[in-house]
Amino acid sequence: MARLELKNIAKRYGAVEVLSEVDLDIADGEFLVLVGPSGCGKSTLLRMIAGLEPITAGDFLIDGVRMNDVPPRSRDIAMVFQSYALYPHMDVARNMGFSMEIRGEDRSTRADKVAAAAKTLGLSALTERLPRALSGGQRQRVAMGRAIVRDPRAFLFDEPLSNLDAALRVEMRLEIARLHQRLGATMIYVTHDQVEAMTLADRIVVLNGGKVQQVGTPLELYERPANRFVAQFIGSPTMNVFPVVSDGAALVLGDGARLAMPDCDGATALGVRPEHIDVAAAGDGLIDGTADVVERLGSDTNLYVNAGDLGMLTVRRAGNLPVRPGERIGLHLRPENLHLFDKAGLALARRA
Amino acid sequence: MSAIRQTHPLLKAAKAAALFFYLAFALFPLYWLLKISVTPDRLIYAEGTALWPETATLDNFRRILFQSDFLSYFANSVTVSLGTAAATTLIAAGAGYAFSRFDFGGKKIVIALMLVTQMFPLLMIIAPIYKIVAAVGLLNSLTSLIITYTAFNVPFATFLMQSFFDGIPKDLEEAAMMDGCTRFQALRKVILPLTLPGLGATLGFVFTAAWSELLFALMLISKNEAMTFPVGLLTFVSKFSVDWGQMMAAGVLALIPSCLFFIFIQRYLVQGLTSGAVKG
Ligand SMILES: Nc1ncnc2c1ncn2[C@@H]1O[C@H](COP(=O)(O)OP(=O)(O)O)[C@@H](O)[C@H]1O
Ligand SMILES: [Mg+2]
Repeated sequence: MARLELKNIAKRYGAVEVLSEVDLDIADGEFLVLVGPSGCGKSTLLRMIAGLEPITAGDFLIDGVRMNDVPPRSRDIAMVFQSYALYPHMDVARNMGFSMEIRGEDRSTRADKVAAAAKTLGLSALTERLPRALSGGQRQRVAMGRAIVRDPRAFLFDEPLSNLDAALRVEMRLEIARLHQRLGATMIYVTHDQVEAMTLADRIVVLNGGKVQQVGTPLELYERPANRFVAQFIGSPTMNVFPVVSDGAALVLGDGARLAMPDCDGATALGVRPEHIDVAAAGDGLIDGTADVVERLGSDTNLYVNAGDLGMLTVRRAGNLPVRPGERIGLHLRPENLHLFDKAGLALARRA
Repeated sequence: MSAIRQTHPLLKAAKAAALFFYLAFALFPLYWLLKISVTPDRLIYAEGTALWPETATLDNFRRILFQSDFLSYFANSVTVSLGTAAATTLIAAGAGYAFSRFDFGGKKIVIALMLVTQMFPLLMIIAPIYKIVAAVGLLNSLTSLIITYTAFNVPFATFLMQSFFDGIPKDLEEAAMMDGCTRFQALRKVILPLTLPGLGATLGFVFTAAWSELLFALMLISKNEAMTFPVGLLTFVSKFSVDWGQMMAAGVLALIPSCLFFIFIQRYLVQGLTSGAVKG
C-alpha cells in the first residue's frame, strides 16, 4: 500500500506531446479512476506509473521515493492488462504464481497463496487449465488473480472489463469494488466507461488531449464540472449545451426567451442535464419544442426535442411520460441545476 | 442441418481422385529414385520404363556404403547443415527479436540492406565470394561453407523469425516484467517457449537449404575429404558413363536426415501455441 505522487509529469514521443502538466496526489488506499476519450493518454499515464514507458519530464514518487528510473520489476506494482496478457503456455495456477516463482519463493508457499486467490475469485476448479481453455470472464479473473497473489503496493487496471459482455461487466465491476474494500489497496483504474468511473471511484481524473481537465469525487464532477468538456463527458445522456447572451441580470436564449439570473456576467453558453428539464404543456414552459423521438426505457423516458433555434435538446424524466412523437411540448429549466460557461468553455462559479 | 454438410458422393470421389493424382505426381520422382536404386545395373537400360525390376537388389546400397566415400560426404553434409542451421537460427532469432521489439537508429537501413542482399543472382557473386574465401585461406574447409550458407540464409531467416515474434503480443513481456522479470528473464521464460514453433520452422528451413546446396559447395570444395553430399553425388558421373544405380541409392540415403529432422521438429511446428494469451 502506498501513496503515489505525480509532479508535473509530461510525455513526448519525439515532437508529439501526448501528456503534459499532470499533477496528481493519490492517497494510500484510494481508488482513482482515469477517464477520457480514446487517445487522450490514459494508458500512457498508467504505463508510466508502471514503469513500462519512460517519463519524459516531471517526477513520479511512491511513498516519497522518486521512481522515474526504477524498472517495473522493482516498483512492486501489479497491473491488469486490457488484453489480460496471460502466459499461454502456463496453466492457471502457474500464471497466478509466476511472480512468486520469479522471486524464488518455495513451492508450498506459492501453492497456498494461489489456492487462496483462486478461491476468492471462484477459480479453484480451473487451476490446471491453460488460458486457451477458459472463457473471457474466466481469463479476466485469472488476470486479477495474478495481481492479488502478489499483495503489491498498488494495482493498475487498464480498461480491464472492456472485452467482456455487458452482464459480465456489471458482475466484475462489483467484484472489483469488493476487492478494493477488502484489500484497501491503492488502485488506479483506466476506463472510458463513465458508469464504471462513477461507481468505482473515490476520485475521478478526467483527461482530454493529454491534459487533466478536472480531478474530483464523482458527485463533484457531476454537480460542478469545471468546464464544458467535463460537463459533457460526465453524465448520461450527455448534458445539453446551447449558446446564450447575458445582459448582466438575465440570460437571453436563442429564441428570445429570458431567464432571470443574478450572476451570469460573461456567460456565453448554458448547460442543463437532461434529467433537470421539466416537461410542461406547450406554451407553459420557458422553451417550446416538438418531441422528435420518444424512447421508453421503462424506468425512464428519453425525449429528443426539436427546440427550433436552440437545436436538439435531450430530456430525461423518470417513469413513463405520456408524450407522443410529433407532439408540441413546453420545457422548463430548473435554475438551481443550470451550468454557465464562458467563452473559453470554463464554468462560471454560481452562488445559488 | 446435416443435409447441408453432406457432400455429394460424386463430389467426394472427384476430390479423392484429384488428391490421388496430385500425390502420384508429387511422389512419382521419389518412387523412381527408389526403383532405380534397387535395380541391378544390367537391367537399368534393358527394362527401361518397367515399374519394378524383375530382380531387386541392395547391391547399390552395399557399394555406396562400403566401397565409396559416401559416408564421409554424408558426415560432412550433416556437419555443414547442422552448423548452418544452428548459427543462422541463433543470429536470426536475435535479429528478429530486435526488429520486432525495439526501435533503434538505422533499423530501416539495415532492413533495406538485408532485402537488397536477396536481390542478386547467386552467379553474380560467386566469383567474389571465392576470392574472399581463398584470401582468408578457408578453401576446402567445411567452415567456409557454414559461414557462406549462414550469410546467405540469415536475411530470410531473420524476417521469418521477426514475423513469429510479431505474432507474440508485447503485453506478455510487459506482464512478465511487471511480475518481476528482467527483460532477459521475460524473454527466456515467456517469449522463448512461445517461439519454439518459429525456431523449429527456421531450423528446418535452413537445414534443408544447406543440405541440398550445390553451387557454393562445388566452387569452394575441391578436395574429396571435404566434399558435401551433393558434390559427392557428381563423382558418380564420370566422363564416359553415369552410375545411375549408385547415384540413386545415395539419393535415397540422403533423404533420411531430412525426414528425421522434420519428424524431430514437427511437434514444435504445431501452431496456435499462443492462443488464449489475449482477449477472448
Ligand atoms: N509509441 C508511440 N509513439 C507515438 N505516439 C504514441 C505512442 N503510443 C501512444 N501514442 C499516442 O499517444 C496518445 C495516447 O495514447 P493512449 O495513452 O494509448 O490513449 P488512451 O489509452 O487514452 O486511449 C495517442 O494519441 C497515441 O497515438
Ligand atoms: Mg488505452
